[in-house]
Amino acid sequence: MVAKTLRGHAHKYGKNVDTDVIIPGKYCSIVDPAELGTHAMEGIDPEFSKKVERGDLIVADRNFGCGSSREVAPIALKGAGVSGVIAASFARIFYRNALNIGLPIFESSEAADDIATGDEIQVEPDSGTIRNISKDKEYKAAAFPPFMQSLIDAGGLQAYVEKRLAEKA
Amino acid sequence: MGMTLTEKILARHAGLTAVEPGQIINAKVDLVLANELSAAVAIAAFRNMKGASRVFDHSKIALVEDHFVPAKDAQSAKLAKLMKDFAAEQQIEHFFDVGRGGIEHVVLPEEGLVAPGELIVGGDSHTCTYGAFGSFATGMGSTDIAAAFALGEVWLKVPCSIKLVYNGKLGEMVYAKDVMLKTVQTLGIDGATYRAIEYHGTTVDNLSITGRITMANMAIEAGAKNGIFHADEKTLAYVRERTDREFVVERADGDAKYERVIEIDVDALEPQVACPHLPDNVHSISEVTREDIPVDQVFIGSCTNGYIEDLRVVAKILRGKRIASNLRVIVNPGSQKVWMQAADEGILSVLAGAGCAVNTPGCGACFGGHMGTLGDGERCISTTNRNYVGRMGSPKAEVYLASPATCAASALAGRITDPRSLALVAA
Repeated sequence: MVAKTLRGHAHKYGKNVDTDVIIPGKYCSIVDPAELGTHAMEGIDPEFSKKVERGDLIVADRNFGCGSSREVAPIALKGAGVSGVIAASFARIFYRNALNIGLPIFESSEAADDIATGDEIQVEPDSGTIRNISKDKEYKAAAFPPFMQSLIDAGGLQAYVEKRLAEKA
Repeated sequence: MGMTLTEKILARHAGLTAVEPGQIINAKVDLVLANELSAAVAIAAFRNMKGASRVFDHSKIALVEDHFVPAKDAQSAKLAKLMKDFAAEQQIEHFFDVGRGGIEHVVLPEEGLVAPGELIVGGDSHTCTYGAFGSFATGMGSTDIAAAFALGEVWLKVPCSIKLVYNGKLGEMVYAKDVMLKTVQTLGIDGATYRAIEYHGTTVDNLSITGRITMANMAIEAGAKNGIFHADEKTLAYVRERTDREFVVERADGDAKYERVIEIDVDALEPQVACPHLPDNVHSISEVTREDIPVDQVFIGSCTNGYIEDLRVVAKILRGKRIASNLRVIVNPGSQKVWMQAADEGILSVLAGAGCAVNTPGCGACFGGHMGTLGDGERCISTTNRNYVGRMGSPKAEVYLASPATCAASALAGRITDPRSLALVAA
């Protein structure tokens, strides 16, 4: 499966961006992705949903998405129009959730260090190549572990479950 | 080669004789948990899975209404109803409505749904709480929970384990919460990411089940996949009183391989406080109280410290006294059973008499849902597990995390206070 190229401007944040700031608890009863998106990142950047444009990427330091297991965190980012997240590292549950709901994530300390807010970024998900068009630089995201890659290639967890159910039937 | 406690449980649930860190396994689950928030998203995902019409086993799923209970608005009522209807449709045996349950992680052990050696996944990050009973338990997002509903199995990467060895005797007014805050500080907020924490040592051997629950509960605050204790006589007595289900008590091998072994001596440990805005921003109480830090709210409750033992500590400190006039105290007993026990023991009257507002069991203010959310510029000291920006309401509020004793002492003084300074220590 060839994933489409991501392109947009960067919104840069620090380390330990937790799920409480990605989508505060009081909004966790919302299920509509677009409505969730209007509150995305509200905890640290109240203007985010007004600034963000479709295709933009979030760039952050290590441990992005720590805290709660709320799947509405990656859903809110996707709902806001974020096309992907680049971080030095991700918290475990967020990592699984993002892949499960189809929000592309990329691990690269170099990109996380170097990219500044406003930089124009282009990412080729299949090769993990991150291009900083504004700075004319290129970074490489860490490859997914083989099992994760096979899960992504198979169409994600839903397709995987459907296959397992068919095998069991 | 020997295996850690986590590896042993994972190997058995994957039908393998051995596993090693990094290995991907398909493991059978003994219990799948969701609350009304994670269930709403999981049920939608389950409905989208072709071929998934019935859950794998209606006796191995627990659905607990606890986050926005009683419903705070029409939208949260809708989510609760969605879960209730799903429970009826799928004939889920363990469904807990408001008034008959409480906070999921308090309810499941109480109801005998957690036993040593079991594998439990839940749509809540604090599912790691059940490691207190010698089970492997980890939190996941809703799509993973939907997959577990359908298959009765999950894919997992076997984590490497960090062995924490605690030695020494806890001082007066020093509790499991203080030990765990110190642990989160020692490991760092992402120090155990993708890893298992295995708790050892005489200090934890001497802890009550509730103390172990508090410690396992906050393993996620260091990023851990799970935190686990070995089951002992206390565990078995607790579990056998609540279920006659068979279970396997596992032990780590003597030659198990750990990524790191960290020794923590608690003899000189003071009460600890996590200052804003990270659970690993932990300082000793004597350091924190060098500054005068008045508070607007004290919150007692949560899956970390909402147990009867915790309420007893608070009641002992507040008995016959009044809380300071500059603040409010909000108490959420962890479950209906905790609430009833507290009523029987006269604890609720003591708390109410001291000026505390006692809520119905549930998560309440812990995650900023309702029943005690903070406004701009407000400060709270809380027995909960997280203090991120906006966690308890306004992003302009501050949350300090501490033990029930430190919170109760602070409630009397109106500011963050060392519980050892109270006259009643001697009594």
